[in-house]
Amino acid sequence: MTQNRSWIPYLLILPTVFFLGLLFIAPLVQTIWLAVSDNGMPSLANMRTMMIDINFGRSILNTFLLTLVVVPVQIAMALAMGTMVSKVNGGRETILWIWTIPLGISDLAAGMVWLSILQNTGYLNTLLFSMGLIERQTAWLTYQTPVALFVGIAVAEIWRGTAIVMIIIVAGLNQVPKEFKEAAEIFGASPWTRFTRITLPLIRPALQSALILRTVLAFEVFAVVYALGGRNFPVLVGEAYNWQNQNQNYSVAAAYAVLIMVISLIATLFYLKVIKVDPERLP
Amino acid sequence: MSNTSFISARRLLLWSGIVALCAWVLVPIYLVALGALGGRSGVYQWPKSILPTGVSLQPFFLFLKTEGVVQSFLNSLGAAGITVALSILLGAPAGYALARYNFRGKDSFRILVLLTRAFPLAILALPLTVSFIRLGLYDTVIGVGLIHTVLALPFAALVTQGIFLGVPRELEEAAWVFGCTRIQAFFKIVAPLALPGLVATAVFAFVISWNEVFAASVLTVRNRTLTAYLLTVLSESPMHYRFAGGLLLILPSVVFIFAVRRYLFAIWGISSK
Repeated sequence: MTQNRSWIPYLLILPTVFFLGLLFIAPLVQTIWLAVSDNGMPSLANMRTMMIDINFGRSILNTFLLTLVVVPVQIAMALAMGTMVSKVNGGRETILWIWTIPLGISDLAAGMVWLSILQNTGYLNTLLFSMGLIERQTAWLTYQTPVALFVGIAVAEIWRGTAIVMIIIVAGLNQVPKEFKEAAEIFGASPWTRFTRITLPLIRPALQSALILRTVLAFEVFAVVYALGGRNFPVLVGEAYNWQNQNQNYSVAAAYAVLIMVISLIATLFYLKVIKVDPERLP
Repeated sequence: MSNTSFISARRLLLWSGIVALCAWVLVPIYLVALGALGGRSGVYQWPKSILPTGVSLQPFFLFLKTEGVVQSFLNSLGAAGITVALSILLGAPAGYALARYNFRGKDSFRILVLLTRAFPLAILALPLTVSFIRLGLYDTVIGVGLIHTVLALPFAALVTQGIFLGVPRELEEAAWVFGCTRIQAFFKIVAPLALPGLVATAVFAFVISWNEVFAASVLTVRNRTLTAYLLTVLSESPMHYRFAGGLLLILPSVVFIFAVRRYLFAIWGISSK
């Protein structure tokens, strides 16, 4: 590019920089300030209000437990789906399309979908009843059944959120050269060895971005929880929502927001550090 | 066991796995559709039938006639329209700059875009409430569209970068040689080749906005989007209305995803690099 045109790229990125500055960086700074100030003075009062709240501990525990269960299951399912579909020739497109359908489904809709299955007169109870496992309609989504409620929410999240992981991982698998696997096969490596020694290391970049994306989203879980359990299952974003909309206390809501952001940031840095992506080893 | 039957046993296992996973995706959608079309009597039917008995479109139309449903549907379309327009209009030029130019600050710009991924962006709607009230954007479709653009714009910039990288630079340079200005060359040569990818990016921006719940619920009171409306009336609405709402949310985005299914993997391959 000639020197006298060097302003062009800046002109092209300017709108995006301006927009993100105004609606990403500015509110980010605003959130942090709101959380650590009181009437314009630095203060930890909001943090304290947040921490002594009765739902604080439970919402942290619930959010972390949900993330720890949901994300690994989604990665494992996505890897299984990617491996399965790579062995198929005919119908590949159709299978992949069906598996990506939940990508278009919001967490709120996913909650409604699983509500139709898990509610008292729903399909799960019908199935259990017909197999003789229960005698009457059983409630699964109440305060008294925390484990069942947790499992229900986790299943709905896994149902909805696996598609995106699957797409990222299949896109990664498509880039693994066939020669690598064939060579390993000739040298007598078992399918499992080929998977752990050849495939997994080569799709590290895809794994890393899938993990970052899904973990950040998992800490944001809210609507699916609300649709299935109402306020019976407190999570961090749900608490932020209640402080903002019900209690009209924007500062404590901001304190929750800062907490969620710090957790997400730590998780991202953790993945960047633990899953090293070495550009020279990529195909 | 002979070798061929061993192979066919493995094929059988593979295909039962695939069919089971397809059912895992499809059956719940079928069941919520039954719930949405079964009406009040369908909800309390016990034990349930898996077959579509007693199903009609009547309950779904009744739901659509409920006050606020159509309006919030239109609001969702409006917010998604704004998100699509803004994220393509702002994101595509940025993607083009990343694809075609080397400039100082390019890495910093990429970091700014990638940084958005480490943050749960919808939560930034919380402090925006105050500034949006001041600016008159609170409780408007435009305000929701703006915050949804924050979600879709980084994605659009990264994906369009990949799309423009896929258009050979030589074609563009040839157009310059033949006397096109840069702008003419872009619209006559690059844009037509990049169009399918841009459309797919737009569809994703639409789906991102259409499905977003948190920011939309925080930033609106009366002009609710469909997700925000359903969330607020959730606890007082009867079961079959909830199922109908879920179905109404699912239908448009599934159709859109179907329309861009050929680009799904290319796009996510690009954006996850």
